[in-house]
Amino acid sequence: MSIRERLSGNEAAAIAMKQINPDVVAAFPITPSTEIPQYFSTFVSNGAVDTEFVAVESEHSAMSACIGAEAAGGRAMTATSANGLSLMWEMIYIASSLRLPIVMSLVNRAVSGPLNIHNDHSDAMGVRDAGWVMLFSENNQEAYDNLLMAHRIAENSNVRLPLMVCQDGFITSHSIENIELEEDEFVKKFVGTYKPEHYLLNDKEPIAVGPLDLQAYLFEHKAQQAEAMKNAKKVILEVAEEFEKATGRKYSFFEEYRMEDAEYVIVCMNSTAGTAKYTADLLRNKGVKAGVLKIRVFRPFPAEEIAKSLTKAKAVAVLDKADGLNAVGGPLFTDVTSAMYVNDVKVPTVNYIYGIGGRDTKADDIEKVYNDLAEIAKSGKVENPYRYLGLRRDK
Amino acid sequence: MNDLIEIRWHGRGGQGAKTASLLLADAAFNTGKYIQGFPEYGPERMGAPITAYNRISTKPITVHSNIYEPDYVVVVDDTLLESVDVTAGLKKTGAIVINTTKDNEYLKKHLKGYEGEIYKIDARKISIEALGKYFPNTPMLAAIVKVSKIMTDEEFLNDMQGSFKHKFAKKPEVIEGNMKALEMALKEVEKV
Repeated sequence: MSIRERLSGNEAAAIAMKQINPDVVAAFPITPSTEIPQYFSTFVSNGAVDTEFVAVESEHSAMSACIGAEAAGGRAMTATSANGLSLMWEMIYIASSLRLPIVMSLVNRAVSGPLNIHNDHSDAMGVRDAGWVMLFSENNQEAYDNLLMAHRIAENSNVRLPLMVCQDGFITSHSIENIELEEDEFVKKFVGTYKPEHYLLNDKEPIAVGPLDLQAYLFEHKAQQAEAMKNAKKVILEVAEEFEKATGRKYSFFEEYRMEDAEYVIVCMNSTAGTAKYTADLLRNKGVKAGVLKIRVFRPFPAEEIAKSLTKAKAVAVLDKADGLNAVGGPLFTDVTSAMYVNDVKVPTVNYIYGIGGRDTKADDIEKVYNDLAEIAKSGKVENPYRYLGLRRDK
Repeated sequence: MNDLIEIRWHGRGGQGAKTASLLLADAAFNTGKYIQGFPEYGPERMGAPITAYNRISTKPITVHSNIYEPDYVVVVDDTLLESVDVTAGLKKTGAIVINTTKDNEYLKKHLKGYEGEIYKIDARKISIEALGKYFPNTPMLAAIVKVSKIMTDEEFLNDMQGSFKHKFAKKPEVIEGNMKALEMALKEVEKV
């Protein structure tokens, strides 16, 4: 039975971690994710969890401690944002290449500089090729639900990869909203006990973790990581199906909102998807066939499925909350257009870089994108596919 | 109540506008509503202007942006009237509630011809009398509930009694004063 509550996104993430009750949490505070380890450390002090909480001196150490704990055979979690993730960077790759299913709550914030504490996705995009499963969350509910499903995906023997659950800093992390929580007992049962196959503290099977891996093997090991990422797709859907049966809340690679007959489609991630749905509803009332494709699973990238979903659109806009600074377009745009090309889907597609450094994205902004899509559909041409939304020089 | 009510709070850092917006969200949640309560974070420090927001709806809320065309505005500190455009986007079918002792002429002048309803309340007097200290957010919370009719006075007071019991579990001596501040504010908020 679900419990009706109201929580901020950070509270929701902390409650999920409490219910998961991992063996180790190692974290260093950084805005806007600070509250997650803060709340969690009170759960530890109050005896609500059995977790060993390691208050490390940096994020590099936080990820290192998680790697040590996970390699030893424990279940380890952490939370961070922006520059905290940047400082973890070296260890982020080590976690995935050692095939350690660590779970992280990433509260997205702009990576400096100049210094900015507000939301964009530059932190997550900086590790998009690091071999972590990456789930994005529209609101507190999805941040919570994604964490409940995280270990089942990451620890699956066909996957064994670390996983991060992203949500938008401040916009959802610090906004109190309604949420349906699940009972502690359900979560405990759903997440299950971690039974690693190989681990350092197993005295019956001495192993080495992280040895030298040169020309003879590294390539094969990387190919195995790639295979695991492909395998994750199937597991993500299986876990989602089981979760839906128990909770009634449906998850997949992405959410298709009013897509059945949509002519103009916005592809985006996290909280902006909510604003886009709201705007699509307003436009539908005026007879505009607007739809939203909200990406939940960014890694592994569900290329074929995304391309298929966009087949019937007349024009598509991909919204990137991080600029690739590659003179071509944002990371989501290049992934989506590449998916379309490879799968032979030819729909005019345009990219908007938006919301950088916490620039607020209003329903009016989204409406402007839909208006642009109508123009593009009419002419069949995209004059400049690499655009800005909400940049002051536009006005 | 409309399907969706949007409220914008203007205050100064330290006055509790953010807390008030969260308490309002809480109270509305307890009457079965869908709610959002969120502050607009900046380089916060005591005394700096801050903004907080509420959405209260009978249906799930998906929009995630600041509020630009609020139904109601609450001004916790009237010194903001001279520096912040508090009526920006405020619907004329709505209202503004101000913590002030200034005369009506001053208020009208600084609200730039706002055509909707204007309410004022002396939250300082109420707070000092009920709590012995200046915490304007408690009376302002009651004032906006009264003006917006989000819930009845009775529903609100019952709910706040429960919230305060929880919030002030370690200092129950302040509950009575806070309840008194709410009751006084419900009576004393007046239309200009």
